[in-house]
This record gives sequence, C-alpha cells and structure tokens, in this order.
Amino acid sequence: MHFLAVVFALPMLWMVSASLKPENEVLRTPPTFIPTTFLWSNYTQAADGLLPFFLNSVKLASLNVGFLLFFAALAGYGFARLDFVFKRTAFALLLSTAMIPSMVYLVPQYMLFREMGWIDTHYPLWVPNVLTPVFGTFLLRQAFRGIPNELEEAAKLDGASVFTTFWRIMLPQVKPALAAVGALTFMASWNDLFGPLIFLNSTRLQTMPVALALFKGEYFTQTNLMMAAATLTILPPLLLFLVAQKYFVQGITMSGLKG
Amino acid sequence: MTATALRPARPQTKTKRRTAGTPPRRRRRQNLAGWLFVGPVIFGVLFFQLAPVAASLVVSLTNWSGLNQPKFLGLGNYVELFRADDTFYDSLRNTVVFTIAVVASTIMLGLGLAVLCNQKVKGIGIFRTLYYSPVVTNVVAIGFVWFWLYEPDNGLFNSTLKTIGIDGPAWLSDTRTALVAVIVVAIWQGVGYPMVILLAGLQSIDQSLLEAATVDGATAWRRFWSVVVPLLTPSLFFLTITQFISSFQVFGIIYVMTSGGPNNATSVFIFHIYEAAFGHGRLGYASAMGWVLFIIVGFVTAVQWKLEKRWVHYDN
Repeated sequence: MHFLAVVFALPMLWMVSASLKPENEVLRTPPTFIPTTFLWSNYTQAADGLLPFFLNSVKLASLNVGFLLFFAALAGYGFARLDFVFKRTAFALLLSTAMIPSMVYLVPQYMLFREMGWIDTHYPLWVPNVLTPVFGTFLLRQAFRGIPNELEEAAKLDGASVFTTFWRIMLPQVKPALAAVGALTFMASWNDLFGPLIFLNSTRLQTMPVALALFKGEYFTQTNLMMAAATLTILPPLLLFLVAQKYFVQGITMSGLKG
Repeated sequence: MTATALRPARPQTKTKRRTAGTPPRRRRRQNLAGWLFVGPVIFGVLFFQLAPVAASLVVSLTNWSGLNQPKFLGLGNYVELFRADDTFYDSLRNTVVFTIAVVASTIMLGLGLAVLCNQKVKGIGIFRTLYYSPVVTNVVAIGFVWFWLYEPDNGLFNSTLKTIGIDGPAWLSDTRTALVAVIVVAIWQGVGYPMVILLAGLQSIDQSLLEAATVDGATAWRRFWSVVVPLLTPSLFFLTITQFISSFQVFGIIYVMTSGGPNNATSVFIFHIYEAAFGHGRLGYASAMGWVLFIIVGFVTAVQWKLEKRWVHYDN
C-alpha cells in the first residue's frame, strides 16, 4: 500500500524536487531526487512573474463563488420551499440543460459575447457561470428540503418577509451544502482552461493555468522555474482541499448519490 | 451531477392541492415571490444556454465564419464531416479509444483504491488525500510534469529505462505511443473521483450483511463479489454515465501535452471542434460537429440507462 502511494505521488514529488534544483541539476543523468542545493529563489522568481495572473484568478474565483452561491441558494430555496406557477416546468427546464455538452452552444455563445462587447473581458468567465448553477441549485434544493417546517413557520408568525426568512433563518441552516458547492465552484473556476483560452486575448487578463501554458513558450526555458510556477498554481486549490476536505467529499458524493 | 439530473422530477401532487385553496391575491404574491427566487437562474439558462443551443442548430446549416454573410448549406456541413473529413474519423477513433480506456480503468482502479482506503488504519486520511489531489490540480501543471517525465532523452522514464539497458520510445512524439501516454496521465489524474464516490458507497454498506455472509462461510473474496459489488452497482452506474460524458469531451490534457499530434495521433473530438472554430474560423462546421457530439453523447447515455435494469441493484 505504501509502495503504491509512493508510485502514485511520484510525479508530484518529482515536480517539487525539480522546482528546488539549480538549472544545471534538473537534466542530470542519473537523476537526483533530493536537490543537492535547495534553491528557494526559484519560487520568488516564478512568483514575480505569476503575480498578475494570480490576482486575475483570485478575482474570478471570488466572483464565481460569491455570486453562484447567492443565485443557486435563491433558486434552490424557491424550488424547495415556495409554491408558484410553472414550478415543475421551470425545474425540468433547468435540469434538462445539465445534459447538453457546452460545445454545442459554444459558437453562438461566443458570438453573443462578441455582440455584447464581452470578448477580452472577464465577464464571460463568471456572469454565465453564476446565472446557470444547475448543480448548485440542485444540491441546495436538496439541503433546503431537509430542514423541518417549524423554523420557517415560526419566522412567518413573527411577520418576517419571504426574503428575510430565507436570508436570516434558512440560509444559515444549509452552511455545509453552501461550503460544498462553494468548494467545487472554486475548483472549477481556478482550473478552467478552455474559457480563458477562448474568451481572452490580452495576456494581462489571463488566469494562472493559461499563463502557465504561455510561460512555457515565452518566459521560461528553464525547467526548474517552470516547475516552481506549476507548483505555485496548484497550491491554492490543494490547500483549500486540505482545509475543507470534508465539504469537498460531501459535495462530490452528494452529486452522485442523493438522486 | 448529470445522472441525478436525468431522473424525471416526480409530480408533486401535494403542492397542487395546497395552492388550490388560496385566494387569488395571495396566490399572485406567492407566484411573484417564487419567480423572484428562481428567475435569475431560469433567465440565465434560457439566455446563456438554451437560446445558443437553438442558434447553434441554425448556424450548423450554414457556412458562417463570423464575418461573412452566412449562406444556407442545408446538411452540407454534416455531409462533409462524414464524407470528406479524415481528421474527423481520426479524432472520433481516438476519442472512443481514450474514453473506453479511461472509463474502464478509472472505475476499476478507483474501486481498488476505495477498498484499500476503507481500512480502519491510522493515517488513512493521508492516502485518500493523496489519491484525490490530482483531481483538484490544474491540467496545465499536470501536463508540464508528465511532459517532462516523458521527455525522450532526459526524462525520468527513459533515464530509468536506460539504466537497465533499454532505449525508451519518444513517448509523446511517436504515433504508436502518444495516445497511450496521454491516457496514462488521464487515468492518473482522474482516478480519485471514482475512488471518493465508491468510498462513500462502501461506507454506507450495512455491516450486518457482511457479517451474515461471514457466518454463512463466505470467503473474503466471495463476500466482495457477491455482497459488496452488487451493493455498489448504483454508484458504479452513476460513474459509468458521468465518466463517459466527461472523458468523451476531453480537451485540456490533449491541448497541453500534444496539441493533437503527432500526425493527429491524439486529436480528439473537442480538439477538432476547437480547431475548426478558432483555428480555421469555420463556425458553421464547428457547430455541426457540436451537434454530432451531442447526439453521440445523448445516444450512449440513453443506452446506458436502458441497460441499467440488467445490472444495477437497488435496495428498495
């Protein structure tokens, strides 16, 4: 079991090892696993180059997570606890889109964004996402359905409006589900490659993964610096995963099993 | 996400009955409130997804490049795709090979890892985290590392092979090994997801069933295949559906590691669409391919649902 784990971890360990080596040691045969000298300055050098892209990624991830949670919670609550006309139709419409590969509507979407002047801006990378949270709505609807009626009724008797009941009373009850959706949303936003690649032209607007791909050609011919940069791009989601592992696993398994 | 979404919503007769008795003014207010809550998302889905889907069908019947006055071609794009586009067949074949290999391997290895990680051993959490961590890692970083491991002269694989006297192939630039090399990376990256799903499935198994089987004299091997696996079939079914859909639409790892090369040996469906739309500006043609993709994915998924009864075992 330990052997299997070491083999599995090898690519990651190799990356970190190379990121700390001096340039002339990276391609040495036979390869050295522990760098002879630890060159931490690789990281400061890579971080310098990556900083603007890091900020773009952070900005997009925050917008995606914040607004997606808001709209998904609104819709999830509506579908779980409110009665209104065409509710079933609306819900079926929402779920039907989960089946459609995004490639099908990519071209018209691109033209739509071009008409709106959104190409080479950050809008296409968060506005459409936060307004189409199919999975998040579904998950939060499940969570809201699991809350006993008494809480809501007590709030209503106190004269609270529908929105106040939702915001003050019900939303705090589904924090674990919010954390699960938030974690998965962060990951999707942070690791998105296709979106930035298609909708952005200016290098200064790019996110970490695309910047990394660009670096390969433009900035770094030095493998040790490239590996340091790669390590830096995977660090934020990895740290988040370590801290919020419980919610990730919950989100992943809920996506699969609570039909 | 998709499997759950595919289940048709149950009619909510209870809701109907409750609204029937409410006075019209209150009902209007209820309707307004409800739609204020779900409205943004319904608008988003209509505006950003369903309307573009409909538009895409129209565009697929034209020679639109985004700049020219589009000319109506009827099914011309579809005919060209099937009759005159060899790259399309290459990419379709690669996609099918990639999908079968990745779906089968990630689910089987995921099951093995889930069983290993289900032991009550101190520090088992570290192993789970390790196997899942590539899933949260971005594909560009992964591509970098593996690209370099595969490097023909100084890469870790070939340097290791050299020490035992073997000259390794140029993994990513040899048409015979490139697809396999990319598949290995995809399996390594993707195996954590089935593992987590199956681990949750394993943990929800009622232990008394296993104890009963042990009392009846079933060996550990027999218990696994006759009790554990049947109880996991709902999770396995969910995984075949979701893993198929995501593998069939692979893009990132191909883009980063090989860009479809050498000589189209790793060109996959999405990559072909991407090239047509953004490389050659053939938006009509790319849309036609998008629809072919939709039809293939929809058809295979429907077949999977049809076969569900044959092998999936539900408790209740």
